[in-house]
Amino acid sequence: MKILVALKQVPDTETKVKVAADGRSLDPTDVKWITSPYDEYALEEAIRLKESAQAEVTVVTLGDDKGKDVLRNALALGADNAILLKGDGQGDAFAVASALAAFAKDKGFDLILAGNKGMGGDNSAVGPMLAELLGWAQANVVVKLELSGATFRAEREIEGGSEAVEGSLPAVITAQKGLNEPRYASLKGIMAAKKKTIEEADATGLPAASAWSALTLPPARPEGRKLEGDAASQAKSLFGLLRDEAKVL
Amino acid sequence: MAGAYATFNHITDYMGFEGLLSDEEKMVREAARDFVNKEVLPIIEKHAQDQTFPAHLIKKMGELSFYGPSLPEEYGCAGLSNVAYGLLMYELERGDSGLRSFCSVQGSLVMWPIYAYGSEEQKRYWLPKLAAGEVVGCFGLTEPDFGSNPGGMLTKAVKEPGGKWRINGTKMWITNGTVADVAIVWAQTEDGIRGFLVEKGTPGFSAPETHGKWSLRASVTSELVLEDVIVDEAKSLLPNVKGLKGPLGCLTQARYGIAWGALGAADASYQCALDYALNRIQFDKPIAAYQLQQEKLAWMVTELTKGQLLVLQLGRLKDAKKFTPAQVSMAKMNNVNVALEICRKARTILGANGILDEYPVMRHMANLESVYTYEGTHDMHTLIIGQEVTGLPAYR
Repeated sequence: MKILVALKQVPDTETKVKVAADGRSLDPTDVKWITSPYDEYALEEAIRLKESAQAEVTVVTLGDDKGKDVLRNALALGADNAILLKGDGQGDAFAVASALAAFAKDKGFDLILAGNKGMGGDNSAVGPMLAELLGWAQANVVVKLELSGATFRAEREIEGGSEAVEGSLPAVITAQKGLNEPRYASLKGIMAAKKKTIEEADATGLPAASAWSALTLPPARPEGRKLEGDAASQAKSLFGLLRDEAKVL
Repeated sequence: MAGAYATFNHITDYMGFEGLLSDEEKMVREAARDFVNKEVLPIIEKHAQDQTFPAHLIKKMGELSFYGPSLPEEYGCAGLSNVAYGLLMYELERGDSGLRSFCSVQGSLVMWPIYAYGSEEQKRYWLPKLAAGEVVGCFGLTEPDFGSNPGGMLTKAVKEPGGKWRINGTKMWITNGTVADVAIVWAQTEDGIRGFLVEKGTPGFSAPETHGKWSLRASVTSELVLEDVIVDEAKSLLPNVKGLKGPLGCLTQARYGIAWGALGAADASYQCALDYALNRIQFDKPIAAYQLQQEKLAWMVTELTKGQLLVLQLGRLKDAKKFTPAQVSMAKMNNVNVALEICRKARTILGANGILDEYPVMRHMANLESVYTYEGTHDMHTLIIGQEVTGLPAYR
């Protein structure tokens, strides 16, 4: 079985993000880049399938040279092959899905795994678009995956319960927190990754269908307020604030 | 990189240290950091308070190849560079010196001598198990009356008929002793000092735990007692070394890791103090705005930075097989000393909060009091450097 895992490089969740001078993109200065956590679930699932069912795992990302970091990390975790699709990384979800589809088409993959969304961007669009562009079955926001022959059974969390989806391979599955517990890279894995090469290819596919027009940060949190007076009057003003300002009562 | 070291997510990097690392060295550090953040920091204060070692991490660290990681892959190890190994020690001790000590002992003091001095059978039998964390080892050199002068040790091994040896003696201050499945015991013989592998459960061998420590409380320290312990020569005796250079060779390996590790504890304390100073308001200003606190912070970051560059150069020399034990002495002496002082200054910046286990500072400080003394005291390393530059040994 051949599995493709699509990875996205995103700013570390601890990074204090700043908007760039153009007002519609992220200022990359001092940003630490990590693999999107949802993609880590996708990769972990692929590596488990490699261990249980002898799958061959290929990882792919789009972008410039710094994208190699997530690929190297994936190789250290156990991926067999890594491909960097070179592009400016400025495309929208459609451009990304179309570049991935152009790459994955005719390569004989049985399964494509990806995060259900890229941390931070939160579009939840690439996986479903990729499945549509390839004409494959899909299941999204998956918390349990079972493969049997040429079919899959995926469980997804829905409002108030869970549902199971069955379909045939090839398929695109997008991972949700809960699918598994990703492993740490072992030092042996890191040394083994050194011996594997990262292939590079130019990204091809369709142009973006949309573009960012503006990016703004939420307003700064107002300073805390101190209630004055005795306990009774403090309780009274707290009640008033919760009812009239916070509107939680 | 101004400001990049103001959060707990980054190594303190004032002088472009990270830019001197290879990709895999950076990855090793990130992997170790990730592990320490998720598995160690949430639990370590309780273990230190309760005086327990987090034993559930032994197998996990084995799975991540944290033990003897610079030994070759054919024995189940990772084959890391010495710099990558140092970075691992740095990150582990950012968690706790006890955890780093555990790995130092397992890797440098148990696996390394088996690798360097053991028979091929001993290597094939022990190294993969020790690397995986399936078995734990300890190292018995120091005795109640012989610390800085190990050559005077009283523990004796006498050859017996039938390929056996009889060992008698007492070892003290042995990290991991009580939990170890195998001890490397150094003993006087007719041929000088020799090393023996002594397995747990061997009749006459016991390892009672040392209680009442105010330092390295999340680490097991023990005595080793050997009363007419009989071991098999082929299984037990390390065939390829005789004399004090055997144990001293191990200590050079361990001291190298300690020189890196101590900076991890210092980095955690520095970052904690910096963060605290920026947020603690007195007289309507953060205390970081006052010159007295800035002098401390400036000293701390300067010494930390100098220490990083010192061990990095030492690691590069070690990778090129060009380092000397006296260079390792300088790194161990200097880095543990400045790390301890950084922790002490951090404690003063945190004021009364500095003594609480809500912050890691006092734990690191107390741990480093042991590290200052073990693996060659600060004073002995000073004398080794003195001998190196003058040619005159002052300790004999």
